[in-house]
Amino acid sequence: MKNKLLPIFITSIFIIVFIFFYRGLQNTNIYIPEIKINNKIPSFKGNLFDSNEVTNSSNLFNTDKFYLLNIWSSWCVPCRKEHVLLMNLRKNKKLEVIGINYKDTKINAENFLAELGNPYKKIIFDKEGINAIEWGAYGVPESFLIKDGIIIKRYIGPLNKKLTKEIKSIIK
Amino acid sequence: MFYSSIGHYSLILGLCISLILIYFSVKNFKNSTILNTKILSFTFLQFFLVVISFICLIISFVLSDFSNETVFNNSHTTKPLFYKIAGTWGNHEGSLLLWLLVLTLFIFIFFLKTKNQPLKYKLLTLIFQQIIIIGFFLFLIETSNPFNYIYPMPEEGMGLNPILQDPALAIHPPILYLGYVGSSIIFSSALAATYLNIVSNVWASHIKKWIVVSWVFLTLGILLGSIWAYYELGWGGFWFWDPVENVSLMPWLALTTLLHCILVLEKKQVLTSWVIILSISTFTLSMCGTFLVRSGILNSVHTFANDPERGLFILVFLFSLICVSLFIFFFFHKSSQNNLNSFFWLSKETSIIINNWFMMYFLSVVLIGTIYPIFLDVLSSQKISVGPPFYHKLIIPFLIPFLIAMAIGPKLKWIKSNIVDKVYLILLLIISIVLSFLIVKKFDFNLLLNTILVSSALYLFFITLREFFIKKYSNISQNIAHFGFSLLILSILFNNLFSSEIITNLKVGETFTSSKTKIVFKSINQKKEKNYKSIIANFSIENLDGIIDNLSPELRIYNQPNIVTSEADIKTTLLSDKFIVINIVQNQDYFNVRYQVKPFMLWIWLSVILISFGGLISFFKKEYEK
Repeated sequence: MKNKLLPIFITSIFIIVFIFFYRGLQNTNIYIPEIKINNKIPSFKGNLFDSNEVTNSSNLFNTDKFYLLNIWSSWCVPCRKEHVLLMNLRKNKKLEVIGINYKDTKINAENFLAELGNPYKKIIFDKEGINAIEWGAYGVPESFLIKDGIIIKRYIGPLNKKLTKEIKSIIK
Repeated sequence: MFYSSIGHYSLILGLCISLILIYFSVKNFKNSTILNTKILSFTFLQFFLVVISFICLIISFVLSDFSNETVFNNSHTTKPLFYKIAGTWGNHEGSLLLWLLVLTLFIFIFFLKTKNQPLKYKLLTLIFQQIIIIGFFLFLIETSNPFNYIYPMPEEGMGLNPILQDPALAIHPPILYLGYVGSSIIFSSALAATYLNIVSNVWASHIKKWIVVSWVFLTLGILLGSIWAYYELGWGGFWFWDPVENVSLMPWLALTTLLHCILVLEKKQVLTSWVIILSISTFTLSMCGTFLVRSGILNSVHTFANDPERGLFILVFLFSLICVSLFIFFFFHKSSQNNLNSFFWLSKETSIIINNWFMMYFLSVVLIGTIYPIFLDVLSSQKISVGPPFYHKLIIPFLIPFLIAMAIGPKLKWIKSNIVDKVYLILLLIISIVLSFLIVKKFDFNLLLNTILVSSALYLFFITLREFFIKKYSNISQNIAHFGFSLLILSILFNNLFSSEIITNLKVGETFTSSKTKIVFKSINQKKEKNYKSIIANFSIENLDGIIDNLSPELRIYNQPNIVTSEADIKTTLLSDKFIVINIVQNQDYFNVRYQVKPFMLWIWLSVILISFGGLISFFKKEYEK
């Protein structure tokens, strides 16, 4: 009897440990950004990529068009795949794509755009990553769909074909 | 492109060979007579393929082939060649490839060197080892392939994290892995031996060599990591109880215990259950460590990427290995007739059992301290980290009897013993207590505990020292290792008791004066290197006795990636280290200066080298003591 209890006991301990580790894996996100959809866009100041001028958030989203704010970086591998889709979205007249260039160097970013094309109407050069924090971004890439100063949709991670279809259908 | 493809396909071929090997072994398990050379050549081929794949990755790094994702993420054209090569294993994918390399290397050497063991046992060890190897092949190819393409090819890489650009860290992973992963062969062979029921003194003396080898490498690997943390991280310490340090310490504790148990098994055919459980747990703890630091479940310096998919893979793999080993242990292990009760209370066996229980206690303290935050997080979403006070409070009191047992234990004989030269033992104990009382009294804090602690360490020190002169080198390896350990504990204690620290803010030209030291911030220089710019601050430090030291800590601003690191300047002498580090304070024209005097730092490193040297001697020695 004693001989049978021990294996069962030990096995059940290991099963419990397994469950805890498994659950632990699910919530590894240490910091959960606050921004939610259907909220107003945060107001912020940023440097424009080309001219280095300081600009205000209200100047960037001032028309009644849809805006797609895309946080990207030349060192971000998924951004490369996503970039093609952004180039495609850019053709849509009801949409403007705004970029936040996250923790990057100008030369690398310029090379990146020269290589893959520039889908952005305007780019904010966010060297310290401060603007991305203001937007509550998880990381790069991340995109926000905006209309009339309200965040309609948020896409964490790279966009794919399915998501761009969704964006197009929202814009219609 | 070219090398990446070769690397990738040789990995896949390596996986196929695993399958072939398992197929052959299982098929011929019943009548295995002719397979020996065939299997040897297949294991060699597998090792060779992994070597090719590893070399391909190195070449990709050297050539800065940024079409390879791993190279792109971890290298840069301006990086010095040495770090381009070292960068190969300074990242998740590359280090896993190194892991696989060590796995295949060990099974190959195992087959090459194991001659007098039953063929069935060898085949079964091979099967278990190949199961582990297959697991890692799949893990590598599926979730962390080091040969992923990026298209179009980026022009420049991301650079290697500057804190990893350090010589100690370049050799730390390979050395550590030889110990860490080397324990896999002990695991496989213990399972095979249990299954065939041949856990005996013959098996013990055969596997002992492997245990010693893994142990020596693991010890040195931990040492290198610790040296790196001391010189590079600039926190002024050598051990922080960081999860990543703990996960290397846990297998070490298990392996050290195993090393002692295997001696008993070799001599007396007892403690078989201990040996099997420890063999299993050493490798499981290594795997568990890999899981904890690679899955991102804990935050540490070794968290390369938070990818839950990777974590899940290792987790499932880890627990399947545990299940298999538990199954084999419970169903095939027949415990030996002469059990623990037959031990005489005063004998070498008893002292080793005592050692085991102490080690298990230390192990569980470290284990609980490391994984408790995960449990708490799951149960209550609270984020905590367990710091040094927890470990110190729980470990230090038990260190005292442990040290004394360590001093007396090796003097006992097998089976039944009397304590010889009692006079000496008592005399040395009194000398140690008096001496440590005098030392600690000068710095009157926590007199009682520190006196006892120092005296128990001194006691071990004196006894092992005396042993060098009276015993005619019959068991020199053990004595060197124990002597090294006493030296280690003493150095750590003195290091903690007598270190002093000054933290202040200084501008160039200013002077800080305290009762004992005078720090003058003389000047500042700038220097430009290939991959970083540096700001060098020159200090001169004058002590009470009028000795002036010139120290120049650095701030390095790396260009790729853009990171500022503090390089401490450390002046090492035989008795103490002088350690100074500066930090930028944002928007201020002064620097934050931290100056520390740390006694006996050098001795901490030396004593660990001594400990592993002891192990090394026992590896080359033919016979253990009679």
